[in-house]
Amino acid sequence: MSSSTTNTTTISTAGPPSRRNTELAMLVFAVIIPVFAYANAGLALSDEMPSGMLSYGLGLGLLAAVGHLVVRKFAPYADPLLLPIATLLNGLGLVLIWRLDQSKRLAQRAENIGQVFSPSAPNQLIYSALGVALFVGVLILLKDHRLLQRYTYISMAVALILLILPVFFPPRFGARIWISIGSFSIQPGEFAKIIIAVFFSGYLMVKRDALALASRRFMGLYLPRGRDLGPILVVWGMSILILVFETDLGTSLLFFGLFVVMLYVATERTSWIVFGLLMSAVGAVGVATFEPHVQQRVDAWLDPFAAFKTGGSDQIAQALMAFGSGGVFGTGLGQGNSDLIGFAANSDFILATVGEELGLAGTMGILLLYGLIVERGVRTALAARDPFGKLLAIGLSAAFAIQVFVVAGGVMGLIPLTGMTMPFIASGGSSVIANWALVAILIKISDTARRPAPTPAPTTDAEMTQVVRP
Amino acid sequence: MSELTLTVMRLGFLAVLWLFVIVAVQVIRSDLFGTRVTQRGTARRGAPDRPQQQQRQSAPPQQRQQSGGRGRRGAPTKLVVSEGTLTGTTVALQGQTITLGRAHDSTIVLDDDYASSRHARIYPDRDGQWIVEDLGSTNGTYLDRTRLTTPTPIPLGAPIRIGKTVIELRK
Repeated sequence: MSSSTTNTTTISTAGPPSRRNTELAMLVFAVIIPVFAYANAGLALSDEMPSGMLSYGLGLGLLAAVGHLVVRKFAPYADPLLLPIATLLNGLGLVLIWRLDQSKRLAQRAENIGQVFSPSAPNQLIYSALGVALFVGVLILLKDHRLLQRYTYISMAVALILLILPVFFPPRFGARIWISIGSFSIQPGEFAKIIIAVFFSGYLMVKRDALALASRRFMGLYLPRGRDLGPILVVWGMSILILVFETDLGTSLLFFGLFVVMLYVATERTSWIVFGLLMSAVGAVGVATFEPHVQQRVDAWLDPFAAFKTGGSDQIAQALMAFGSGGVFGTGLGQGNSDLIGFAANSDFILATVGEELGLAGTMGILLLYGLIVERGVRTALAARDPFGKLLAIGLSAAFAIQVFVVAGGVMGLIPLTGMTMPFIASGGSSVIANWALVAILIKISDTARRPAPTPAPTTDAEMTQVVRP
Repeated sequence: MSELTLTVMRLGFLAVLWLFVIVAVQVIRSDLFGTRVTQRGTARRGAPDRPQQQQRQSAPPQQRQQSGGRGRRGAPTKLVVSEGTLTGTTVALQGQTITLGRAHDSTIVLDDDYASSRHARIYPDRDGQWIVEDLGSTNGTYLDRTRLTTPTPIPLGAPIRIGKTVIELRK
């Protein structure tokens, strides 16, 4: 061996690769912050430490501990940030919902329209527990995310059923996105987004070569063949039908956007994004011109303050004023007037409370936390070794990102308001439970992706031959 | 509750929220730079590319000893690999025994086909004179041109040859 040929570089991972202790430290931090927020809100609202502080703190801590132990046992190499960030968002959501429960205005409002005002925070804690239970269940039962690949077409059918079912139930709050059985109701769209991501990744993994390679180049864009446009047209048609029959812009936008993102990632062709944007613009404008419910939403978006003159719903106007009065540092937890939003203040519009009471700084912090979850998801997709896992991780993080964008954009007046909820923060069982499942699948994929490759068996050839000279 | 307390709590809460974000970003950063690159045997570069083991022992005391320090005048302060795959590697001489060989617990791990796993050692005797001793290697250790049979004192700058690796003691 001469010195010119041996210029070897050894790359080794520094420290223990599992990073579970980092996760534990972050989790402790993620439980302490909501307890602090709770104390802050309680002191501001009633001048004393809130009585439920210990039980909420312990409840959140217990959920975090269960989640952490299961991750330690069943996904030891998983990403260390996903669980703490989800816990923190869930805990902050509990505090914000509890804070809105204390609002006298909301109680008065419920009384005026003849309803019994019931606090949502205890329910939300139960939903969080169910969500963590599902999280644990997914981690234990889903041994390998590639198992999901077997259910590609079954998940298509299940997702379609979940999306179509709400049409047969009476509309609630103007949109048919609910399945209600008795007093119990779920929002199937939240679960459908995970299931349809499974279908898209299984389908695109098989078909991506056909979609990527068979195309002509035209003006710098790769134009797909006519028949390859089939799938995107079908999904587009589906989302238009959702928009027409369920009158829900959010779900429709989520599914179409998810498909376009995954198509782009699978084929690396920019032309799909151009097509997707064109088609969604055409679809949205088309539907908005003849569907009164969607039109109403668009009008409320174009001129939110008109509601004060015409007497319509002033939710968006109140949300915008909440953001405005929050300023940079906010009014402080429990000291804002975001409860003026009235209906859905603690679900669809919860970001307005963040904006008013925590200000621009707090809102940016929360949005960054969402961004970090998405970043970890994309990072997982980059690290995943199998194409199905890559596509699934990208799909789930894209669904999460689109949902946050659609809700935040709607509340802030950037796009027309839709009937979706802020993941983890907003009050609502389906949303919390489904998003915990989503995080569980991401953790499972990242565990597989980050697991160190097994060390190869030592070969006898590697041993250097010793030259014996007399 | 006084206005001041609430203001402090409000700003404190924002501070801890952002602290969480910053710590999270630090965790991501340590994830990105979580690999350690060890370059072996670059002939072009010198000291910074030493293998990990030697780095630990050499860096700070080297400078201390060079500027005077204890020991006789004219005593060597470092061991330099001048030929072979580890060319450019230096190890500070601090009175400890230096072992050479292919075994990976050696002070200098030789990546050399002609070296034995425990090939030779270099140690100071009671007067501080550095001695090289062959440890029963297959292909032998040479001081200049002579094959070692007994522990031999090393003159400053004399080449010690082990397979294709040449080591010198320098001031």
